Amino acid sequence: MIETIVEMMSHAFIQRAVLVGTLISLCAALLGVSLVLKRYSMIGDGLSHVGFGVLTIATAFGATSPLYIAVPCVTISAIILLKIGNNSKIKSDSAIALISSSALAIGVAVTSLTTGMNTDVCNFMFGSILAMSKPDVYLSIGVSIIVAILFIVYYRKLFVVTFDEDFAKASGLKAKRYTNIIAILTALIITIGMRMMGVMLISSIIIFPALTSMRIFKSFKKVVLSSAIISVVSFLMGIYLSYIYNISTGAMIVIVNLVLFILFSIIEKIIHD
Amino acid sequence: MDLIQIKDLSFSYPSKKDTLKHINLKVKKCSFTCIVGENGSGKSTLLKCILGLNKGYTGEIKKETHIGYLPQKSEIQSNFPATIEEVVLSGTISNNVRSIFYKKEDKEKAKQVMEKLGIYDIRKKCFADLSGGQQQRVLIARALCATKDIIVLDEPTNGLDPSIAKQIYELLDRLKKEENITILMVSHDIERALNYADTVIELINGEITFEGKPQDFTLGGAK
Repeated sequence: MIETIVEMMSHAFIQRAVLVGTLISLCAALLGVSLVLKRYSMIGDGLSHVGFGVLTIATAFGATSPLYIAVPCVTISAIILLKIGNNSKIKSDSAIALISSSALAIGVAVTSLTTGMNTDVCNFMFGSILAMSKPDVYLSIGVSIIVAILFIVYYRKLFVVTFDEDFAKASGLKAKRYTNIIAILTALIITIGMRMMGVMLISSIIIFPALTSMRIFKSFKKVVLSSAIISVVSFLMGIYLSYIYNISTGAMIVIVNLVLFILFSIIEKIIHD
Repeated sequence: MDLIQIKDLSFSYPSKKDTLKHINLKVKKCSFTCIVGENGSGKSTLLKCILGLNKGYTGEIKKETHIGYLPQKSEIQSNFPATIEEVVLSGTISNNVRSIFYKKEDKEKAKQVMEKLGIYDIRKKCFADLSGGQQQRVLIARALCATKDIIVLDEPTNGLDPSIAKQIYELLDRLKKEENITILMVSHDIERALNYADTVIELINGEITFEGKPQDFTLGGAK
């Protein structure tokens, strides 16, 4: 096993993927706890579809590092999504469904008009660890570090706002600001992570770790820490298994997450009975 | 001394007609005030104006101190992973919004409050696993961490067994007598609440129709 890992890590593209993937998994799990508890799980799904739309358009226009275009666009959509959900007659779940399917449709239409359904598009959909270019790696590292720092700085406030928004407001916190911060950070992580995980699979690394750790852990701090660990472990196991069995990395990571979720659910049952 | 003074407060939600009309109100220090009224009479709206959750009202609301708030139950909390300690400690946030971590004095305050309310020994338990009465006790503890003067409660005994509700009222009564905490609450549970309140305010259609001692208040007297 160790030999395989050494051999695996001798590839520069896998080194990049492991570095970026670990950081993204960690951040996705941190944000995921708040998103799941606030019942915003689907926002990840919606944003990844928006990301797909933007990436296909950017690629069609020949952008060399399309992430630099996708990141701001998806961030703006995240803010719009929250705004729609907060104060219009369209409820947020319908708003997410509307925006995500429209963006997906636009993306598919653009591809049909330009390159057709080639490997590039397939990589967007289901992810590829080969997709990470050097500038992408720098961007990913930068964003991940920002997300992690902001999460620690706002940890106390995020807890209050997530647990009880009215109490937070009555205590003088600007609750909307923190919801916006979460949405923006989620947008960043999703856009960066979707190159590797794929549009269809990225939202799972946000939701799974939080749900898995909530099976067993009953304190906010423990849930946050354990979902970060679960997320990174699933990622590393996933990338290892995908290397050995030659399975799509994104899919393998989701499957490992699923297995852990089932395992934790069984443990929960045993503890409770 | 008046902890809260309201002068000519009017408020309406967009697209609805007046919810609160020309409210004048004073909440005295160390009083136990109970706001009663039917659904839609504007009780909760009034609380939210006082707490600053409703913006865009006309009139004046003067607050002398920090308010500890106990909102109505939210669905999110029913399976939220958080210990009693985490919930109570989070009440101290208004004391130092800026800092990154809880300060030593915050932790000390939370400990004192939990001891006072008899929940210190179970502080590592999960909030969501507690009974309704225990949950309210924890939320009262959190409110006490946010203030040293006044707590505002929105239907604190909703959905509780009568015997448990009685314990909550007795706890509030004790806080008022022993700790000089002013209590302002909205309640449906008029009969029982009036055993403990010293001031009753009745709201009908957004207007105050009664203000005075509970013994002078007759249920449905406005009919």
